[in-house]
Amino acid sequence: MWVRIGFVLLAIASGVMVLVYALAWLLIPMEGSNENIYSRVVCDRRGIRTVAGILIPLMIAVQFITSSLHVPFVGFLGWPTFLALGVVILIWRNADEPEKAFIDNDLVPLLGADTQDGKGRRWLIARVVVGLLIGAGGIALLVEGHTTVAALKPIGGAALVIAASVVIFGPWWLSLVRDLITERQARALAEERAQMAAHVHDSVLQTLALIQRASDDPQQVVRLARAQERELRAWLFEDRLPGTIGEEATMLAEGVGLLQRQVEADHGIAVQLVMVGDCPLDDALRALLDAAREATVNAAKWSGEDQVSLYAEVEVDTVMLYVRDRGRGFDPDAVPEDRQGIAHSIRARVARFGGSAVVRSAPGEGAEVQLCMPRRERVK
Amino acid sequence: MTTSEPAGRPRIFLVEDHAVFRAGVRAELGDAVELVGEADEAAAAVELISERLPDVVLLDVHLPGGGGHAVLRGVLPHHPEVQFLALSVSDAPEDVIDVIRAGARGYITKTVSGAELLQAVYRVAAGDAVFSPRLAGFVLDSFAQVGGPAPGLDPELDQLSPREREVLRLIARGYTYKEVGRDLGISAKTVESHVSSVLRKLQLSTRHELTRWATDRRLV
Repeated sequence: MWVRIGFVLLAIASGVMVLVYALAWLLIPMEGSNENIYSRVVCDRRGIRTVAGILIPLMIAVQFITSSLHVPFVGFLGWPTFLALGVVILIWRNADEPEKAFIDNDLVPLLGADTQDGKGRRWLIARVVVGLLIGAGGIALLVEGHTTVAALKPIGGAALVIAASVVIFGPWWLSLVRDLITERQARALAEERAQMAAHVHDSVLQTLALIQRASDDPQQVVRLARAQERELRAWLFEDRLPGTIGEEATMLAEGVGLLQRQVEADHGIAVQLVMVGDCPLDDALRALLDAAREATVNAAKWSGEDQVSLYAEVEVDTVMLYVRDRGRGFDPDAVPEDRQGIAHSIRARVARFGGSAVVRSAPGEGAEVQLCMPRRERVK
Repeated sequence: MTTSEPAGRPRIFLVEDHAVFRAGVRAELGDAVELVGEADEAAAAVELISERLPDVVLLDVHLPGGGGHAVLRGVLPHHPEVQFLALSVSDAPEDVIDVIRAGARGYITKTVSGAELLQAVYRVAAGDAVFSPRLAGFVLDSFAQVGGPAPGLDPELDQLSPREREVLRLIARGYTYKEVGRDLGISAKTVESHVSSVLRKLQLSTRHELTRWATDRRLV
């Protein structure tokens, strides 16, 4: 009696594990594909039709035979058996290559077909024999259960059948789970390596190649190295992939960082950025950023220096932005026509949204553009 | 930048785990300083600095064995006369604020030119603080988050004075101390004393906002 209960518990425990594992296998997609076996099976209309066309008539025939032989439990077991058979066929049809290899490697040894060494074979035979004995005992009890009134007997029989399958398949299930875990780990590691390699290739190796090609132009080399440094830093410390901040900058700090990177890459000047506070970008602040970019590019073109300072601070009701260089400077009252045009475009840009721009400079003293934009949305 | 050259060559100790960068610093500083030692991890650095007592320690913020602040905490309680100048390529504000709070007298990025590095070394050797624009920005940012002093804390330490704020802002905009002084109509020495006072507040402040700020930044 206790032995039976033990068997039932054991069967339930391992049975549930196996079920969970099987479901996971069916429902979790393979690495690199976005559909799982289950969804492929459901979509495989032709396969379903074929399988149904073969199995349903076959099953009806079996039902007929069994009912005429008066062994109803075989008919009763027939339904699930055929259903399972159909599903297995469908899974096989829809499994892709790695999954087929998996089935090959793990299901075939189950049948003992490729167990070469004697010890393994003896162990397998012993397992199957014990399993079959317990299974036979179980079936005997089941058959008996139909003719007697003892309610416990069919249950005990079922437990024996399940125990039989545990004895036969248990070690295999265990090794399967173990293999799966190690395989998962290996795959995660490989994936991370691949991602890293892809990034290093796209950014670092490309830049190194460009630097080799431009080795006779020191300025170009410095520019490339600087742009690459920015990008790597953003990737390592700010967790940003290169090129992902793009047009969709939604915060001021993001936008200013983008401005910095673009000017550094396009104009070969170091932009030293200091940012205090942050706030969401709106049209007014985008205009402020455009003006700041204009001012930074001006500094790159005219100052004669290789560095420009960019400072942005978010205050309660304004955003201040300063672009400063230590270059040759100029007299703001006596600038040539074309440069006045540029200063004008800076001023007009921010004025449209109620902001202001002041240019401070004197010959030999560098230049500073001070930009100020009132905030619409205040911090709460 | 204002130069305040000390009488002799300052004695320098270099704590840095990248051999390539150590060689670069050696070459850049050249004969202008006396290099008394090098270390590539925290424990060895603490031991050697305590033994050789250099004027200035150039300290990498990121180090194997506890980071730059481990070195500061190992040396400063016993040898408060040793000055530390933090160096970093990292842009993470919380790391920088961390070494400053642990007692470093300044912070510069590793990309500075040799001349700028030398300037900073001289200034720290003379007992002054070295605020790079980036550090000024970090400090403004860390103090800007609070509406007012938290109850139960010293308001003197928890807030920057309007003048200090002005000075930091100009430094963050890329002004040298001399230029800051000219812009505000004060002497470079007064600018220096404002900066030192900010440094003191940063190191003594116990307000939890600084920690919270650092935590917030880590999450961003």
